[in-house]
Amino acid sequence: MATEAISVQHLSKLYTTRDGGVAALERISFAVDEGEFVAVVGPSGCGKSTLLKILAGLLSPSGGSASLRGTAIQGPRRDIGVVFQAPVLFPWRTVLDNVLLPIDVQGLGRERFMPAAMDLLALVGLREFERRYPWELSGGMQQRVAITRALIHDPAMLLMDEPFGALDAMTREHMNLELQRIWMEKKKTVFFITHSIPEAVFLADRVLVMTPRPGRVVDDLRIKLPRPRPLDVMTTPEFGEYTRHIRGQFNVKGGLDA
Amino acid sequence: MRSMRNVALSVLLFCVSVGAWEALVRVLEVPAFILPPPSQVALALWRGFSSGLYLQHLSHTLLETLLGFIAGSALGLVLGTAVALSRPVEFFLYPYIVMFQSLPKVALAPLIVVWFGLGLTSKVINAALIAFFPLLVNTMVGLRSADEERVSLMRSLAASERQIFWMLRLPNSLPFVMAGLDVAMIFALIGAIVAEFVGAQKGLGMLIQSMNFNMDVSGQFSILLILSVVGLLLNRGVMMIRKRVLFWDPSEKERIEQERVSA
Repeated sequence: MATEAISVQHLSKLYTTRDGGVAALERISFAVDEGEFVAVVGPSGCGKSTLLKILAGLLSPSGGSASLRGTAIQGPRRDIGVVFQAPVLFPWRTVLDNVLLPIDVQGLGRERFMPAAMDLLALVGLREFERRYPWELSGGMQQRVAITRALIHDPAMLLMDEPFGALDAMTREHMNLELQRIWMEKKKTVFFITHSIPEAVFLADRVLVMTPRPGRVVDDLRIKLPRPRPLDVMTTPEFGEYTRHIRGQFNVKGGLDA
Repeated sequence: MRSMRNVALSVLLFCVSVGAWEALVRVLEVPAFILPPPSQVALALWRGFSSGLYLQHLSHTLLETLLGFIAGSALGLVLGTAVALSRPVEFFLYPYIVMFQSLPKVALAPLIVVWFGLGLTSKVINAALIAFFPLLVNTMVGLRSADEERVSLMRSLAASERQIFWMLRLPNSLPFVMAGLDVAMIFALIGAIVAEFVGAQKGLGMLIQSMNFNMDVSGQFSILLILSVVGLLLNRGVMMIRKRVLFWDPSEKERIEQERVSA
């Protein structure tokens, strides 16, 4: 039990609307091991963002329980790093100051974390950009700053909510490679939400497949492709087999067309 | 090269229009108490400054304006912050503030002068009352306009409300606050002049009044000229501060870019 990074039991979330309730999540259960890379894939409206917000402590569930590293989630906590779809940088802070935001908020003392910030910026290829402002960077670079910021206080796990959804296809592939490299180096638990099936298969050790109305986990698929995975892996028959299988789940449930 | 030509063109345009004004007034024999020729206005300006008269009144009006601006802005900032942060304050106070604002404050000037006398105080208070509203509204809107995702990020870091205010809401409101200051500066000048019209011992507004009684129209023109230059300079001053403070704001960068292109 102690090695479970994330444990979710019969988790439900009900949104009340004018004409009754909508079940964003219905009795979801799963567990994620320490150091595992888990991707959640599903169409929009399947409750995957709601799930992440609950794990991040930004929303409270209507039923069931969720715990991180053995302790129940009772609100935002400091041993996780969150990356959102948009980079969400503060334009009045330099790249370095943006990266150090969690340190400032948690009052950990900038001096102590300066070397770590520089190392992380080097890891994501942004050394020499630390004095720049966000608007001087491209979208992909801004998202790399956001990832660096999520890693700065050395959290046990990363929660990522469609972090590359707003990037163009080429940049996105590049960022997928980068994230795999960072993950292999840092060995953190990653909980990664996406609506792209190939992205989920490419990155994850395990893919949770979710369907909407009500939001449910319908499949839990282990991806046994060797690492590091090059982009070419996407053209292999095994890769195609995984994506076909996942897509099939959506077709059965009527979640996606064709 | 192009900018040189533009400068030359604008100087030429200025000379031609002033020349046309002078010529028309002389040819049509318009009496000086209706519309004085520019040469008379220039003469009045020269006399006013060389005798020290204008400078004395100008410095007085400037003092009123700046004090009113500072007091009004401070009040607007504090009230705007209070309204933005506290629902009860908004509920109980804001309706009165809006009622007060919908009142033409020029109409308050006579009362203010009765209450606070002919001296500096009444002018500063009138200037402050007119200047404070744009700042109040802009501070309020600015503090509330923090992007939902940025707030989520701060919350995910387990930031306290106080930290969210100082690290996110406050810097985020600065573009709005600076825009409010821009307007407040000019409003403060209007407030000071209006109060001087109603009753004062010193100041450019009072000088305009007394010149009006004496049918000294070229004198009035010369003071209008001074006032518009003063307004321009005050506005420029605020813009310079704004450029420093808001170097990161996209709309500010656009403006800087535009200035670079036109220079």
